[in-house]
Amino acid sequence: MISAERHAALSAWAFLSPALLLIVVFFFLPVLAALLLSFTDFDIYALGDLNRLRFVGFANYLQLLQSPLFWTALGNTFYFVVVGGPLSVAVSLGAALLVNSRLTRFPGLFRTAFFLPVVTTLVAVAMVWRYLYHPRYGLLNYGLSSLGLEPIDWLGDPVWAMPAIILMAVWKNFGFNMIIFIAGLQNIPPQLYEAARIDGASAWRQFRYITLPLLGPTFLFVALMTMIGYFQVFAEPYVMTQGGPANRTVSVVLLMYEEGFRWWNIGYASAAAFVLFALILAVTLLQLKWRRRSALDPGSR
Amino acid sequence: MTSLYRVLFILLLVLGFSACDSADPRATQVEFWAMGQEGEQVRALLPEFERRYPTIRVRVQQIPWSAAHEKLLTAYAGDAMPDAFQLGNTWIPEFVALRAIEPLNDRLRAWPQPALGDYFPGILATNRLNDQIYALPWYVDTRLFFYRSDLLAAAGFVKPPTTWEDWLKALQALKGAADAGRYAILLPINEWQLPVILALQRGATLLRDHYQYADFQNPLFREAFSAYLGLFEQGLAAPVSNTQMANLYQEFAKGTFAVYVSGPWNIGEFTKRLPAELQPHWTTAPLPTLAQVAPISQTEGLAVQEVGASLAGGASLALSRTSPRQEAAWKLLEFLAEPAQQARFYQLTGDLPARQSAWDDPALADNRYAQAFRRQLQNVHATPPIPEWERIANRIAYYAELAVRREMTADAALAALDRDVDRMLEKRRWLLARGVMP
Repeated sequence: MISAERHAALSAWAFLSPALLLIVVFFFLPVLAALLLSFTDFDIYALGDLNRLRFVGFANYLQLLQSPLFWTALGNTFYFVVVGGPLSVAVSLGAALLVNSRLTRFPGLFRTAFFLPVVTTLVAVAMVWRYLYHPRYGLLNYGLSSLGLEPIDWLGDPVWAMPAIILMAVWKNFGFNMIIFIAGLQNIPPQLYEAARIDGASAWRQFRYITLPLLGPTFLFVALMTMIGYFQVFAEPYVMTQGGPANRTVSVVLLMYEEGFRWWNIGYASAAAFVLFALILAVTLLQLKWRRRSALDPGSR
Repeated sequence: MTSLYRVLFILLLVLGFSACDSADPRATQVEFWAMGQEGEQVRALLPEFERRYPTIRVRVQQIPWSAAHEKLLTAYAGDAMPDAFQLGNTWIPEFVALRAIEPLNDRLRAWPQPALGDYFPGILATNRLNDQIYALPWYVDTRLFFYRSDLLAAAGFVKPPTTWEDWLKALQALKGAADAGRYAILLPINEWQLPVILALQRGATLLRDHYQYADFQNPLFREAFSAYLGLFEQGLAAPVSNTQMANLYQEFAKGTFAVYVSGPWNIGEFTKRLPAELQPHWTTAPLPTLAQVAPISQTEGLAVQEVGASLAGGASLALSRTSPRQEAAWKLLEFLAEPAQQARFYQLTGDLPARQSAWDDPALADNRYAQAFRRQLQNVHATPPIPEWERIANRIAYYAELAVRREMTADAALAALDRDVDRMLEKRRWLLARGVMP
C-alpha cells in the first residue's frame, strides 16, 4: 500500500510530466547542447564531418571578448537598454496616467489606440517608419525643415541611427507596459486619494506619495521585463538597418544571429548567447537586490 | 504552449499530405527545390519533361530566396535533402565542403564535346573545384552599368565610354552638370562588389597560398581600393547605404544619380518601374577596362577587347550526393540545360541563360538591354572558391564602408581586413594541414 501522501505526489508528477518532459526536451536539452557547443568550433566544416570538430575550451569566449565587434554590439545594446528602457517605462506610465485619468473621455478608445502598435507586425511598422525617417521625403525631416532646422539622415547617420531605432521601439512597445500600469493604477484603493485630498495634498504629492509607492511591484515587474526584452533587441535593427551604418546598430542578439545562422559559426554564436545570458542574469539580480533593500529600508529612497 | 500545438498540427498535416501523395507507384518521384520566382516558373517547363520521361514525376518545392541557404543547410543536417536543387553559384564551395553535392564529371563524359564549351567559361569556372564540375549553371548573373543615356549625352558622351579613364571623365561631367543633392553614380556604401571588381580587373587574387591567407595589402588590391575610395572623395558617389534608398527607381528617374552598377534582375525592374517617358533614355553598358592593361585575348569575339572584368554569378543545379534517385534527377538537370529550355526559361523569368547558344533565340537577341550582358559575360571572374568567401566579402564591405566614412584610413582598413580574414581562414589552414579537406 502506498500512503495517501505518496499517492498524491505520484499523481502530481503524472500530471506534470508531459509539461516537464516538453520543457526538458525543448528547453533544457537544447540549452545544455548550446553550452557544450560553445566550447567547440562547430561550423560548416564540422556539420559535414564531425572529424573536423575541435574542442576549443574557452577560446570562443576569449575570442568574443577580444572582438571589437562584440564590444561595439554590447555598447549598442547598453545604449538601447539604458536610454530606451527608462524612456519606454516613463512613456507607458505617462500614457497609463492619462488614460486612467477621470478627465479622459473615451478611455477605451485611447487604450486600444495606444495598444495597436504592440499587435502590429514589426516588419510592416518598420517599413512605415523607414519612410518617416527618409532623409528627403520623410515626415520627420519635413517637420524639421518647417522649423528651419537642417534635415537629419536618421537611419544613415551613425550618430542618429540608434536614437531613431529607440524612438521606433518605444513607440511600438509602450502600449504593453501601459496596460500593465493601468491595471496597477486601478488596484490602488480610491480612499487613499480621497484621504489625501481631504488633507490638502496636491496632485504631484498624491502621485509621489500614493501612486508611485503603491505601483512599486508593478513598477518592478515592468522594469525587469522591459530590461530583459530590451537586452534582447534584434528585430528592429535587423529590419531597419541590418546593423548599419558602420555597425552602430548591431546588437548582441543580432551579432549572435549573424554568426550562428548566417555564417554557421555555431560554437561562437553559442558563446555569445551565454555571455548575454550571464549579463541579463547579473543585471536582473542586481536590480532585485536593490529593490529588496529599498523595500526593507524605505527611508533610503 | 500554443506554438507546440501548432507544431503538432503541422506534423499531422504533413503526415496527411504524404499519405495521399502516391500518384503512380511505378513512377520515380524526383524532389526538386528551386527558389523564388524560378521555383514558380520552372513548373511550366515540366509537362514537356514528364511527357518525354513518363516514368519520372517531378515535385517542385518552391523556397523563398531569403530562406534558401538556411533551408538547404538544415535539410542537409536533417538528412532530408531533395534529389535535385538550385543553389547560388557562390554557395557551391560550401556544399562541396559539406560533401552534399554529387560530382558530375562521370556523367558529363557522356555529353557531346561542344556542350560544356557552350557555357560562358567564367561562369562554368565557378562550378569547378579541384577539376570536378559539381553543378550545371542554370542562369547567370553579373554586374555592369545601368545608366541614363540622356544625361550622359547631355554631358557630352553620346556613346558609353569603354575605359575607366573616359568613364571618370564622363562621371565628372555628369557631376558638373547636376545640381546640389545629385551625384553621378550610385554605389551603395555597404556593398563589396565594386571594390572586388576593381581589384580583379587589376589582377589581384584577394587571397594567397591556396586561399589560406588574406592578401588585401597587396599593392594591386590597395590600388583598386583607393580608386574606389576616390569615387567618393571626388564627390562622384554619395556615401549612402542601400537601406537608405527608399525608392531606387524613383531616384533614378529623377536623375538623383545617372549611373548604377547592378545585375540582370534590374532589366525587368527598370522596364517595369520607370515611367514610360523615361524608357528610351536608359540602357546598359559593360564595365570599362583599365586602359593601360593589355586586352585579354584568349576568348573569341571582337567585343571581348572592350570589356573590363566583372563578377561571375548566377544559380546552378546540383544533385544530392545521398539521393537514391540520382539517375532520374540527372535527366531533369540535363533537360533544363538544353538550349531550347534555357531560352524558354528566359522568356518565363527574364533570367539570362548560362548557355551561349540560347542567346541566339530572338526573344533574347532582340533585347537591347541584354546584349551588354552577353558581352560582359565573356569576361567574368569567379570569387575565391571557398566556403568562407561570403563572410570575407562581408568584411570587405564593412571596412570599405569605414574607409569611405573616413573613420579609418585606407591603410588601416586593409590591415584590419587582412587580420580579420586571416583569423577566419584559421580552420581552413588547420584542415589543409591535416589533409581532411575534400
